[in-house]
Amino acid sequence: MSTATIDHAEASEIFNKDEPYVNWHDETLWFVRQKRDRSSKQLPEWEELRETASGIKHYVLSHMDELLINFEQKAKENGVHVHWAANAAEHNEIVLGLLKERHIDKMVKSKSMLTEECHMNEFLTKNGIEVIDTDLGERIVQLRNEPPSHIVLPAIHLKKKDIGDLFHEHLGTEAGATDPQYLTEAARQHLRDKFLTRRAALTGVNFAIAETGGFVVATNEGNADMGAHLADIHIACMGFEKIIPKQEHLGVFLRLLARSATGQPITTYSSHFKKPREGQEMHIIIVDNGRSTQLGREDFRNSLKCIRCGACMNTCPVYRRSGGHSYHNAVAGPIGSILAPNLDMTKNADLPFASTLCGSCSNVCPVKIDIHDQLYKWRQVLAKGGHVPQSKGLGVKAMSMVLSQPRFYQWSGRLGRSVMRVMPFMVNNNLNPWYKQRDMPEPPKESFRDWYVRNRKE
Amino acid sequence: MNRSNLKIGLFIPCYVDQFYPQVGISTLELLEKLGCTVTFPTNQTCCGQPMANSGFSHLTGACDNLFFDLFSGCDYVVSPSGSCVLHIKEHLKSEGHEAESKVLRKKVYELVEFITDVLEIDSIEAEFPYRVGLHQGCHGQRGLHLSQMSELNAAPYSKPVMLLQKVKGLELIDLDRTDECCGFGGTFCVSEEAVSVKMGKDRVADHIRHDAEYITGSDMSCLMHLGGILKRGHSNVQVKHIAEILNTAVKKQIPEPIL
Repeated sequence: MSTATIDHAEASEIFNKDEPYVNWHDETLWFVRQKRDRSSKQLPEWEELRETASGIKHYVLSHMDELLINFEQKAKENGVHVHWAANAAEHNEIVLGLLKERHIDKMVKSKSMLTEECHMNEFLTKNGIEVIDTDLGERIVQLRNEPPSHIVLPAIHLKKKDIGDLFHEHLGTEAGATDPQYLTEAARQHLRDKFLTRRAALTGVNFAIAETGGFVVATNEGNADMGAHLADIHIACMGFEKIIPKQEHLGVFLRLLARSATGQPITTYSSHFKKPREGQEMHIIIVDNGRSTQLGREDFRNSLKCIRCGACMNTCPVYRRSGGHSYHNAVAGPIGSILAPNLDMTKNADLPFASTLCGSCSNVCPVKIDIHDQLYKWRQVLAKGGHVPQSKGLGVKAMSMVLSQPRFYQWSGRLGRSVMRVMPFMVNNNLNPWYKQRDMPEPPKESFRDWYVRNRKE
Repeated sequence: MNRSNLKIGLFIPCYVDQFYPQVGISTLELLEKLGCTVTFPTNQTCCGQPMANSGFSHLTGACDNLFFDLFSGCDYVVSPSGSCVLHIKEHLKSEGHEAESKVLRKKVYELVEFITDVLEIDSIEAEFPYRVGLHQGCHGQRGLHLSQMSELNAAPYSKPVMLLQKVKGLELIDLDRTDECCGFGGTFCVSEEAVSVKMGKDRVADHIRHDAEYITGSDMSCLMHLGGILKRGHSNVQVKHIAEILNTAVKKQIPEPIL
């Protein structure tokens, strides 16, 4: 599904061709950011909660092995099967194996960004398994054959009309219908049948508790419960960083998660799973897929604190004006831009540059990941590793040469300004990306230094 | 504090030096008006941020050495750009002088914070009878904490607002988004041209919606970007660096730059 190969800048240029749409997209996400602001400001202890959450996750990152082993042991004691997957391919094979052994060829899935990261749907489909996403937003993008554009609001890039047209085509709703209630009801009926007839359900995991072997899935639609409770086999997939030490830590994370994500005090459902019900099988797949490597990168390991609330996306002025798909990665936005290079530096070299480094992301992050500092650090790693375009490298080298030598700098400045004055067309043309939609500053005859030497020296 | 005994180095960022001499002059005059003795080392060039933000911090050695050599003897270094100051504060490292570089980092101040925090001045006699919007540059705000950030659950304050509120005749307008980034972002402004411009247009629109006559700020780079968008849109709204506004009361015998 994710076939985007154009880089962020190019994708953003296309996105920005429809300015009223960009305005709508920006305002929609800004509205969510404002809800988050209001909600977080109702808790006097908000900043303390963030600090606490960050501290717990800090502990998790430095005790990962121990916590995971404890979790596995407890989960097994609870009668849950635990699988370990080193990478996406292993994860997908495990899921396929579980289904094939039981002769199951249809499965419902409740929101799991990990399976997006692993491109599991494509893999299973190729192997004859039908996967139905049951989260409404996920189902919408699945019907459109595209990836989610946001980790919490997968179809946030679509307007009511888009959904109406899509449902008319796939679910037989009336042509031109855009009433949300009507469309949601149609999706509900369509999904109800899937829930009732599927023997396998896959869910994500928001928090896995080392102390108890249980795990929590947060949804607003109850689709995780619906799937898991009706199916013979429940498969829960988690990146290993989802682990938290104790049950009581949920009191910190659950308070932060929904407030950061949508401004709700808590998600409608915080479903606690611990052991399979009579006659049911429960499997947990613990996935690495590059996480160990990231854990080993001192500058970037904090990115694994992420609880996938999406607040950094909603606040990001670039994300709001370029859309999630422009990041060509399962996780978009600022957090995606510091996770993606770990998975593939060549393919994702553009992402850490898709930011002004304004720092708003780090301020909204409920676990206080230094996102914008990591974006800066990734740039250094990528440039040193030769992953930035050669033309850019040459330009920066030339700039560095000029700025390294005061006389050369003064001379170039004088020359540049006189060229701009005498031959403005040299810079006022379409080869200059600045000039496309902005005027150049008026070049003065005299620099500040010239003025200073003329007026203040002796 | 006896300000005249302090050795204050003036750091004028490269693009301000080249394109906005009047901002440099206003900064110098303003500091002098406030009783400071200011020196301007004429061989300065750049803080190195354009290279570093592009991923090439390994090419900033010469800029770092130059900055260190020219300014390490100063008690304070003051600059009318939050972004350049933040870069120096976070990254300055002169080869062979690692420890001294860290000491120098702490002496570098953005103009507004130097006035409010070091000189401890909260009111400047200036006059600017216009409706003004404050665009707070992100690095000055979120990096140097010139004002409280809208994301945090913390008590509001703003150093630039404190000074602007005391300017005679100046009417500070409210904005819908108090601290949204303008989209300049250094090389981002050309490498991500489409988003950069859209962010700038939206920032300008917020000011125009609230009938601003001027957009001010403590970062000329943001204002250069916003100014370019305003001019292209044939708007009457102008950009003016906060130093120019705060310096309006001292237009005396000081010669104008040749524009």
